Amino acid sequence: MELDINKLENDFQARIDAGENIEPKSWMPEKYRKTHIRQISQHGHSEIVGMLPEGNWITRAPSLRRKVGLLAKVQDEAGHGLYLYSAAETLGISRDELFHQLHTGKAKYSSIFNYPTLSWADIGAIGWLVDGAAIINQVMLTRTSYGPYARAMVRICKEESFHQRQGYEMMLTLCAGTPAQKEMAQDALNRFWWPSIMMFGPRDEESPHTEQAMKWKIKLKTNDELRQQFIDITVPQAEILGLTIPDPDLKWNEETGHYDHGPIDWDEFWQVVKGNGRCNKERLGARVKAWDDGEWVRDAAMAFAEKKEKSKEAKKAS
Amino acid sequence: MSTKKEWPIWEVFIRSKNGLEHRHAGSLHAADAEMAMENARDVYTRRQEGVSLWVVESKHIVASNPEANGEMFAPAEDKVYRHPTFYELPIELKHM
Repeated sequence: MELDINKLENDFQARIDAGENIEPKSWMPEKYRKTHIRQISQHGHSEIVGMLPEGNWITRAPSLRRKVGLLAKVQDEAGHGLYLYSAAETLGISRDELFHQLHTGKAKYSSIFNYPTLSWADIGAIGWLVDGAAIINQVMLTRTSYGPYARAMVRICKEESFHQRQGYEMMLTLCAGTPAQKEMAQDALNRFWWPSIMMFGPRDEESPHTEQAMKWKIKLKTNDELRQQFIDITVPQAEILGLTIPDPDLKWNEETGHYDHGPIDWDEFWQVVKGNGRCNKERLGARVKAWDDGEWVRDAAMAFAEKKEKSKEAKKAS
Repeated sequence: MSTKKEWPIWEVFIRSKNGLEHRHAGSLHAADAEMAMENARDVYTRRQEGVSLWVVESKHIVASNPEANGEMFAPAEDKVYRHPTFYELPIELKHM
């Protein structure tokens, strides 16, 4: 039996190495399945919880143009959460269980959403930086080895590019406005810069899952590689806006062809992951309340569907 | 506190334009067919991705077993005579 498992695992690795995708009904190591459930659900939860800080500003958008854009972005995020939950469900976990894990704190979501959105400029900064960081990660994931996850990523990447552009356009508008408006944009960048570069996760030396995740092609680049890619792309974008990135050590390194950056406050990162961020309780509280308050609607819809089905059968029988 | 019964899963198929076949787009949960259709529209066609939708409850789909892929698909492997390139024709023959 032991030998069989070894053979199955070797064959599985050979398929991954050959660039084959793994599909739901294929044999897979239990750890591959569990790692994917954890990662895909965490990704889905981030989309769902990510609606909260932005939803906060929909009714206060400064123009109809901004309002329809933000509304469409938040609606996309609901859709993206659903694509991801569907992908996770192909691995044998139910939607109810996924929600249960989120609501009890067993499953995490991206820490970035535990920061408050204090001004309208924060919505611009989120689109520009948070969606920008997410896109870098998600473009990599379109080539991940698990088929349903990769396909969800393709769809999400297609839709998400507008999210970043609408955010950057907001920042451009503010930066071309009054000094107070530009100051608002700078303040948003100051608060969102470091949490955004933390989105790629701990440094490679402190990321225990990275090696196995790369071997299984769950990830194709390490956290630090993705973070560097994001910084290199984003610095020139800040220059166009005329804003200053709040890192005095940030400078171009001619030798490496990349920007060097200052030390990241990992203590803050772990505090927020552990639930001590500014908005952890508020976000999860809002999510749990929405789920609990909607329970009677879900039950009523199911009862109504069953009643209709029964009366259809009764008609057929008579 | 949890819902008495989870809404069933439905598979969604989209025809992107007339002339093309419906293709699988993904899945969703809905209490009945009507709701599945409405949800499919909202989740999968927000940007004019389609002109026609099919929804079918997942439990009605019968899938082949990947572990039996050998018996299932290998027999076609050595039947090269089912392909046009198997047949040798003179070079002078321009079109066939």
